[in-house]
Parts: sequence; C-alpha cells; structure tokens
Amino acid sequence: MRLERRAQTSRRALLLAPVGAVLLTLALTSLLVAWAGAPIARAYLLLIEGGFGSRFAITETLTRATPLILTGLSAAVAFRARLYNIGAEGQLYAGALAAVAVGGLHGGEGLALSAWLLFPLMIAAAMLAGALLLLGPALLKSRFGVDEVVTTLLLNFIVLLAVSALLDGAMKDPGAMGWPQSVALKDELQLSRLLSRSRVHTGLLAALVLSVALWALLRFTTLGFEIRAVGSGPRAAAFAGMPVTAVGVKVALLSGALAGLAGAVEVAGRTGYVTLDMSPGYGMSGVVIAMLAMLNPLAVVAAAIFVAGMLVGADSMSRAVAVPTYIADVIVAIALICMLVATLLTQYRIRR
Amino acid sequence: MSEALDLVASLPFWVAVLRIATPLILGTLGVLLCERAGVLNLGIEGIMVAGAFAGWVAVYQGAGLWTGVAVAAATGAAFGVLHAALTVSLGLSQHVSGLGITLLATSLSSYAYRVSFPKVDRPPTIKPFAPMADLGLPVLNAQTPLTLLALLLVPLMAWVLMRTPLGLAWRMVGENPAAAEGQGLNVVALRYGAIACGSALMGVAGAFLTLSAFNAFYFNMVNGRGWVCVALVVFASWRPGKALLGALLFAFFDALQLRLQQADGGLLGLSLPYQLYLMLPYLMAIVALVLVARRASYPQALMKPYRKGER
Amino acid sequence: MPAPPLLRLNSIRKRFGSLLANDDISLDLQRGEVLALLGENGAGKSTLVSILFGHYVADAGTIEIDGQPLPPGRPSAALAAGIGMVHQHFTLADNLSVLDNVMLGTEPLWRPWSQRRAARAALLQTAQRFGLAVNPDAPVGSLSVGERQRVEILKALVTFGRKQGARILILDEPTAVLTPQESESLFASLAQMVQAGLGVIFISHKLDEVLRVSQRIAVLRSGRLMAVLPAAGADKPMLAEAMVGRPVAAAIKHTREPGAVVVELGAASVRDDAGRSLLAGLNLRLRAGEVLAVAGVAGNGQQALAELLCGERALHQGTLMVDGRALPARPREWVRAGVARIPEDRHAVGVVADLPLWENAVLERYAAPAFARHGLIDRRRAMAHAADLVQRFDVRGTESAGLQTPTRSLSGGNMQKLILGRALAGDPDHPGPPRLIVANQPTWGLDIGAVAYVHQQLLDACAAGAAVLLISEDLDEIFALADRIAVMHQGRLGPARARADWTLAAIGLAMSGSGVDHAAEVVDAA
Repeated sequence: MRLERRAQTSRRALLLAPVGAVLLTLALTSLLVAWAGAPIARAYLLLIEGGFGSRFAITETLTRATPLILTGLSAAVAFRARLYNIGAEGQLYAGALAAVAVGGLHGGEGLALSAWLLFPLMIAAAMLAGALLLLGPALLKSRFGVDEVVTTLLLNFIVLLAVSALLDGAMKDPGAMGWPQSVALKDELQLSRLLSRSRVHTGLLAALVLSVALWALLRFTTLGFEIRAVGSGPRAAAFAGMPVTAVGVKVALLSGALAGLAGAVEVAGRTGYVTLDMSPGYGMSGVVIAMLAMLNPLAVVAAAIFVAGMLVGADSMSRAVAVPTYIADVIVAIALICMLVATLLTQYRIRR
Repeated sequence: MSEALDLVASLPFWVAVLRIATPLILGTLGVLLCERAGVLNLGIEGIMVAGAFAGWVAVYQGAGLWTGVAVAAATGAAFGVLHAALTVSLGLSQHVSGLGITLLATSLSSYAYRVSFPKVDRPPTIKPFAPMADLGLPVLNAQTPLTLLALLLVPLMAWVLMRTPLGLAWRMVGENPAAAEGQGLNVVALRYGAIACGSALMGVAGAFLTLSAFNAFYFNMVNGRGWVCVALVVFASWRPGKALLGALLFAFFDALQLRLQQADGGLLGLSLPYQLYLMLPYLMAIVALVLVARRASYPQALMKPYRKGER
Repeated sequence: MPAPPLLRLNSIRKRFGSLLANDDISLDLQRGEVLALLGENGAGKSTLVSILFGHYVADAGTIEIDGQPLPPGRPSAALAAGIGMVHQHFTLADNLSVLDNVMLGTEPLWRPWSQRRAARAALLQTAQRFGLAVNPDAPVGSLSVGERQRVEILKALVTFGRKQGARILILDEPTAVLTPQESESLFASLAQMVQAGLGVIFISHKLDEVLRVSQRIAVLRSGRLMAVLPAAGADKPMLAEAMVGRPVAAAIKHTREPGAVVVELGAASVRDDAGRSLLAGLNLRLRAGEVLAVAGVAGNGQQALAELLCGERALHQGTLMVDGRALPARPREWVRAGVARIPEDRHAVGVVADLPLWENAVLERYAAPAFARHGLIDRRRAMAHAADLVQRFDVRGTESAGLQTPTRSLSGGNMQKLILGRALAGDPDHPGPPRLIVANQPTWGLDIGAVAYVHQQLLDACAAGAAVLLISEDLDEIFALADRIAVMHQGRLGPARARADWTLAAIGLAMSGSGVDHAAEVVDAA
C-alpha cells in the first residue's frame, strides 16, 4: 500500500471530510456504548437531544462552546505557524488568575477604578498572562531548538500547581469556607447574559467576532501571509526575507493571549471565581477542535459547538442511561484521529 | 543542610529513588527505541495510563501478576501499532497522532474503568508484587521484580541497538530510511516493530504503577511522567546508558522533594507551599531539555514521514 | 544455444499519471561490458533503473537475469539476483560509520550478534580489489563527496553474510558530483569491474564520458529507446541528435565590455554558528554586464557564498559592497537593492509549495508599497503582477486553476521559470533589470528546453546591464555562459581568470585543490 498525491483537492472533498470523520467516529463509539450495556440508538438520541434538542440544551452547549472556540482559535493560529502549543490549559488558568487578580482582589473591590476601566484592564491582564506564558517555550524553540510540545505540556502541570498554591494561599477567598477558590468578581465586572434564563453570556459574541477577525487576519493581512508561509515553508519564507523569528513571537503572543482570554471569559462569564477544576481539559480540547476545523478559524466555531454538544449531551445521556460521561472524551479523541485520516485522504489517494 | 545529607545517606531514600525511577526507565527506553527508528511517540502518557489500567484489571479478574504485566505490554503494543499505522503507513504528523493516541488511551481507560466499576468510590485493590527480599543486594532487595527487569533492559537495549543486525537496521531506519530500503530492508515493517516494542515497554511502565508501586488504578496516576520520559530521551542523547542516568537523576530530585516537603522547615528552613516542591521535577525536565538541546544530534530521519517513491 | 545475456529488459512500460516515463523499452546487457544509458533530464533513464532495482513496478514488461525472471517491485529480490545500484542522491547515514553503512542488510535480523571483524575484512578486500580506498570506522558525515560515492559502490560490491556482491552495477549520474580527477579514478575502478566480469549500466547525460567509458550506448528520449550504438563508431553530434531529436541552439552569448563594479568582496570571511570557518579571505570583483562563474565540487563553501550574496548570512570579517554600499544580512534589503536571487533548492527554498502560485509570485516583495498598504495585501495588484510573470516568463501548468494553482503541482522547469520571473521582474513600482543576479545551480534537474530558456534569460539580463554570479557544478554550463571563471576549494576562492584561459584539466586540478599538473588533457570546451 502506498500513498499517491492527488493533483487537485476538490472542494467537495474538503466539505465531506469532517462529515465522514464524525460519522465514522459515531460508528466506532457505538461499540463502546454497546459494551456499557446501553441501547445504541437510544443512547445516541439522548446524546444529540442532550446537546442540541431543547432551548436549555442549546444554551448549555453554547455556553460550553465559548471557551472552546477561544482555545480552538489559539491552537489554530499556533499550528498554522507550526508552533505546536499544547499549553492552552495552563495559559487559560493563568489568564483566569490574572483577571481575578486585577478585578477581584481587596475583598472583591479590585483596584480602585471604575468598572468601565477595570474591565478592559482585567481582560488585557488575562491576555498578557497567557501570552507571556507561551512566549517562554516559543523563545526556547527559536533560540535553542527545544521542542515546544514537551515544554508547553510540562508547563501545564507547573501552572496548575501554581494555581493550586495561590488558591490555597495568597488568592484564597476567606469567605469560601475552606474550599480553595478565589475571590469572586463583582457583578459589574461579570459578563452579562445574552439570553434570559440561560448561562449564555456575551463572551460568546466576543468569541465569534474573534474567529472572523482571525480568518480575516490570515487571509488579507501581511502578518497572516507571513504566518501561513512560515508555517508551511519556513526555509522558503526565510529566504524570501520574512522575519521568521518575529512572526514566531507574534504568533506565540497571539495564541497565548487567546487562551488566556478563554480563562478570563470563563471567570467573568460563567463561574465568577477561579477554582482548580474550572477547566475540564478545555486546553487540550482546543487542539482537537483546531484539527477538526483543519486550522480554519471560521470552522473552529462549528467544531467547538460540535465538541461542546458532545460534552453537554454526554452529561445528560449518562443521567438517563448507564453510559459513563467519559464517552464524550472518547468521542473527541476518536474524532481527532478520524479527522486526521480524512484530511489526509483529501490530499492523497491510497494505491496498492 | 546536614539534615539533607543525612537524608541522602540513608538506605530508604535510595530505595525510594529506585522505585520512582523504574517507570521512568521503562518509559524512556520505550520512547528511545521509537525515536531511534525515526518516530516520535507522544502517545506515551496515554499508553502508560492504559497499561496501568489493563494490567490492574487483568490481575483483579484473577490473572497472575506477570500475566498482568504481559497484558499491559500487549495493550501498549496495540496502541503503538495504531500510532504506527497513522504515522508510518499514512505519514500523518507524528506530534498530532501521538497526542491523539494519548487522548484516546486515557479516555478509553477512564471509560472502561467506569463501565467495569460503576458504583465504587474507591478502586478495588489487588495484591501487588512483593519485594525481592531473598536477593542478597542492599537497595535492590526492597524492590520488586519489575525494577530488576527495568535495570536489566538497559544493557540489553544497548546491546541490541549497537551490536545486532536488527539494532543496526533500526538505527538506519531512523537515520536514512532510503538507505535501508536500498539494502533490501522493509522500512515499514522495521518501524512498526520498533514502535510496537517501544510501546509495549511504555505499557509495562504504566503497569508498574498499579502492580508494584501502588495496588490500584487511580485517575491522574501518571501525572505527566510520560512527558518527562520524552524529555529524558533527548537528555540521554538516545543512548540507553544515559537514559538510566537521567531517570535516576530525575528520581533523585523527585524523592528529595518528597522528603523535603515532609521535613519541618522544608528547604533552607523556609516553609514553602507543597506545590512548589511538586513543581521541581517538571522544571528540572525543562531545564534538562534546554541544556542538551543545542548539542543534540537527532536521528536524522526523526519526524520525517517516509513516502516510498516520492523522491 | 548461446548463453542468455546477463540482463535483459523486455518491453518495459511505466506511466506516472499523464506522463509515459518508459515506453516499450527492450535492452540487453552482457557480462564484462559497460552499457551507457544516455538521455537528457526527464528522458526516463532513472525510472528505468528504478524499475530494474525494484523501487517501482513496471506497468508492462519483464526482466530476466541470466535467463531467470526477476520478481518485480522488491529491492530485496533485485539484490538477491545480483543487482546493485548507486543512486544519484546517496543513501547513507551520516551519523553511522562506513562499516555500519556497508554491513546493513547483510546479516539476518534475528541473529543476536553482528560479525563486525569478518565484515571489516571483506570490506577492505573488496576496496583493494577495485581501487576504492576508505576508512571503515570513519563516520560517513565526515567524508568527502568522492569518498561517499566509494562507500556507495562498496555497499553494492561487497560479498558478506547472506549478501552476494553485485554482478550488475548501476551507476546513476556518478560523475555529477566529482572533480575530473575523481572521475578518472572512478573510470579506473570501472575498468577493474569489467575485467572481473561485471556488467555495468552507466547513466549520464555527458557525451564525452559516455564515449570514453562504455562499450555500447543506449539513447533514450521522452521515454522511448531511440538507438543502441556501439561506442567505437559514434561521435558527439550523432549522440546529441539522438538524445534531443532536433538541433538545439545553444544560448547566444555576446561578450561586451564590462561596466561599473557592482559587487566587491574584500578579504571576506564567514563563520558558522559553531565558529567554524566556511569562507576565508575571499576577494571578488564583479562588474555589470559580465558573467562570473564559480566552479567547484559541492561542499567547498558555495553554499556559504550564495548565502552571503543573497543576504542570508553576515560577514565575519572583511568587506562586502553592493553598488558601493554595505548591505545588512537581511534578504529584504538585498531584494530592495536590486539583487535577483535564484536558490539552489527550488522546491523547499524557492517557493512555499502549498501556497497558490500568485502568493509565491510576491513572496519576496509582498511588504513593498506596491503590494501592501497598512498591513493589508492588495490582492488585485498582486495577482496582476503574478499574471504578468506567468505570461512573460512562459510559466505553464496553470490551465485549470489559473493563478490559484498550487505551486506544488508545477513541474520543475515551470517552477524555476516562476522563480526566475519573480527575481528578474522587480515590482510594478520598480521594474527594470536587476543589478546583480545570484544564480545557484539554476538548471539542475531541468530538461534541455528549460535549460536553454534559463540560460537565455540570464544572458539577456546580463546584456541589459546586470552582473551575474553563477554557481554551478556543471562544467558544460559554466563554459557556455561564463566570461570569467573562479574555482572554489575548501572555503577559498581562486583567482578569476577569463574563460579562454582555462582548460578542463586546469579546472579539475583547481577543484581538487592540487597545484600539481597531472597529464594535461586539452578538451574542446565550447
């Protein structure tokens, strides 16, 4: 068996690939559902209903999707430049902490500024925290050739331990009865609800706007051109005179900032305060979402909604049928692998 | 300070070091073999989880301990073959495929655990390997047979890689696969073989955690040790002897920080939050990578997909 | 009944997509003979021997060794049948030793220990027999190109373990990377092989060598076997016509008085990141309207010189002036100063293969005011420029997708034309010929039509006032285009002398760094 490159990649193939991948994923996962002893058709129905089948389900899915869109965009822009940022989890937490530090300390009063000023400052601090956190591994890669996958992965553990230490110590909420959580943000600093009687907040709008902005950046600007060229042809880009190191730094700052923003948006929109379990793997899911979207910022939104729907649906399904919620993680992992293969098949043909 | 010296001089400390080092030795040897053959295997974190789970479940179901180890090895090899199919046969990005395998193996293990034990709060325990008390040597007689296996595998791996035709073939496949093909060797089969064997070792590394170090499967048991192994391979310049050294060094600091946490006054008399101590091993791994990266002589074909006929 | 030939190819046919690489080719090879396979780039020679060696499977046709059919598609079967191949691009592991590289595949994989001592003895014995001296323990990465080729040949010829030395040796363009003296040494080895009864297939596009070395010559053109001639009665015009099928006008060169100095290098030296010297004490003066060619075996500093003059690498010591100014080591500055750069590796360095054609057309100048304002790219103007390039420089392959054609799908020749156009055409705000053209192996791997096109473009630009620095390993190309020739050896540049003052032998000596005059060979270098 060998692979033969296709002369052209048809539009149809590019659209069919994600669909085919999802269908194959659901087929494979059905085996696991059967193993748990649940009726397959009913379980899937509950999954889809739980994710998309009611107003409540959709709003929950959109709420979950908001940070996922941001971590997905973070991974997408980084991977486009061949910077494998797997540290979005840590950058998210760093962003959340920075947001609360600026906006929520001093017994909830924060810094003595009006909310109009404090809020943007808070967001900026979060993005800066995420950006700086990724800058380290990015510079290690460009200066010393250290593989950024391992460094960003290890940093996740380090950051989580730091968060734990801070939540136990300096940033602990004295009024939280011993639970390690931070002080909550005041209402004025929290994001307002988009829809009544739901948890969907304006962070979703920000995420959607950013996805369009990132798409436009990649397609129309000189920086976007540089990112795409450096990512797919670094030697040619360097020869042509593109500032490869500067591009790497800008991408790192952008990607880290997006992940940091995801943390701030979660704190300001959903939880109100920082806890150790506020992110059930949003950072890693962001990587999967970016791959599912074939690194296209607009498709990231669709992929994020899909993954969020799976997560929310699995929660709901597991309450009715004896299928553990981990099925959602398995679906996401299998979807990633199927998507990789599907993308390959759009570019190559398999020949005997 | 003298407290620290007393600590280092004590026998129980070194027993702990060897125990902590064992999964690192096994995991690093596994990654080393894969990378020597030209393939980065980032599935190690997930494969260790899967190996830990599979070995433990097998023993729980009544199998012998060594059978459990074999099951863990087979599980590791199975995920390895999947990784090989994606990276060697299909030529997908080795980074992304490896991460996908980690996600898959971890989530499958969690799922399988919940399906097998739906209502328990704590995982049921098994009877793990007993220390080899009748072995005459000091620190070793407090270790279990898996540690001895790990230590013996180091010279064995070195021998195979440097002195056998198979090892030469594996190394060549990682340096210049076209050369191997030109001499009539099957590059694909060789890479599959290396990845399967390496991943089996990773599975055994995971099984050590549930069948020897502890006696049950916990979530977050592996806790980044797989990534540390990936860093250690670079630190070891892809040589088994140096891998052993790196694993022992790392285990030394890990054991040290554990003791320092427990000692009154901690490091230098300051009482630092325990999380800072837990961070040390990961920071060390990053530092080790940075120190070595500049001079690293990678196997030349590492991470380049080999497409036959696409010249 | 007469003995069957050592090798017989029957009606071999192979198609790659729309390209018919081998069209019904039948050939014989006898024991103790050198058969040359002659043809220009793209004629199908490499494909044919790749089929023979088992890298590809033929669509139709059979192969017989000593009358026995050869199972197709497996190099292991070819090796077992006694076929050895020395590829054009060496397949050696730099990090391993010579002995390791030669021993590979000679012992069964399940054996628990390697018999290195016996292997070393076999290696040295074969090396001596065929005149191919090497050090078995040296890491291959430390060897010169000529020595590496010897290792490749030894790999094929050594008998050890379960591997028999080859009875049929295929050499794919072996002299492309050798100095004339090293080529002589190779030819001597070939004579030994013929004496020992081996059959040799010698692939080349160089007419002189082919006439010199072979007993019979098979000429391929566009995938078909045009003729099989005995070398004794053949001459160059006959072979050239069979090879190309039409008289090819060589590029027309007008010599003119060189103009002002464009580039001046004074005692220039360049070091790599580890501090090792790449270039030392270089002196060079290049004037407008002249072609200066730098000859030399690959790996003697040409890469560093090209990087220096393309703005990729900084000087360590000395001076470098372009039009009287010192330029920083930033490619953009050099492009802006009017330097047209053609890199050696068109596929990986010349273009970003996954991007569409129009984006590659503005890869060097996208940030210029002509194409970008306030950080946004003016797609309309960029595409217009690309369309202009495609038309002026005859870039083909854009029929179906136009300017959005993925650059990867262009043929080598068309990709080179795109790169050439991009380099020579400037941008809409600053059109006009470049001041300096740095062309690094500009026609490597191109067919004769594309080679002639590139040469003509370079000469036309030169006539319009550009200074041309040509770095090439192809002596024919150098002698065809250059006004002056300098030879690079171990990081030093010899004095640049007029073309008429050089002979092939003298260049060969300079390329190998020896000042001793061996038996001079005067060759018509037109």
